[in-house]
Amino acid sequence: MLRLALSHVESRAVAEEVVQDAWLTVLRSLDRFERRSSLRTWVLGIVVNCARSRARTERRIVTTSSESGPVVDPVRFLPANHPRWPHHWAAEPTEWRTPEAELLVRETRSVILDAIDALPSTQREVVLLRDVEGLQSTEVCNILRITDTHQRVLLHRARSRVRNALERYFAATEAT
Amino acid sequence: MIVTDLPELPCRELVELVTDYLEDRLSPIDRARFEAHLTECEACRTYLEQFRETIRVLGRLPEESLSPEAREALLTAFRGWSRL
Repeated sequence: MLRLALSHVESRAVAEEVVQDAWLTVLRSLDRFERRSSLRTWVLGIVVNCARSRARTERRIVTTSSESGPVVDPVRFLPANHPRWPHHWAAEPTEWRTPEAELLVRETRSVILDAIDALPSTQREVVLLRDVEGLQSTEVCNILRITDTHQRVLLHRARSRVRNALERYFAATEAT
Repeated sequence: MIVTDLPELPCRELVELVTDYLEDRLSPIDRARFEAHLTECEACRTYLEQFRETIRVLGRLPEESLSPEAREALLTAFRGWSRL
């Protein structure tokens, strides 16, 4: 919840205020909760609304998502006119020789959090709600008022960028 | 339809379709092309596995918690609320 708020505002202090505002809004409007969604989805929707309105008043520039362009750097692939393997990997991804536990240590986490931070805000909202909070796609579409197709585009771009960040991080640590 | 008759799905296009594949939103033909490519391309299998791993790790990030001050302020607000 705090992370979701943080994704819209500059400072942790402001994000904490957003969470407080959101909880108070929840309390005030609890009798208007219509059970069309789970309580959790409804509450997260309120957090998104509070965070967005706070971001508007702080005039934080809302980064719109770059939704075109490839998710993997084109230089990683062979050219279209390659005689044998057009558009196949030129620089193949190499297996992460990292035990799963390693992925959860602090350094890796901060790589992931930095990658999430660097995302355009709409992509960040979707990946936080879907993959971090674990909501279903229909719930995320309801909260953010976007279509399922748009939701998948944003989710894919966000996940790809986080994967790219992990790849760069592991390549750098293995090189040392 | 025989899978080998389908136009090949090159790696560069496959990486754009991974979420649609995982969410089961590919057309049957694209799904067949996707899977046919995977059986022959180790690099794309690695890519898919890393993508899945990324999703798993995202789902296991620890919850950010409020600072003690913010928590206290919120609890105070809650207490005030219940007295109304």
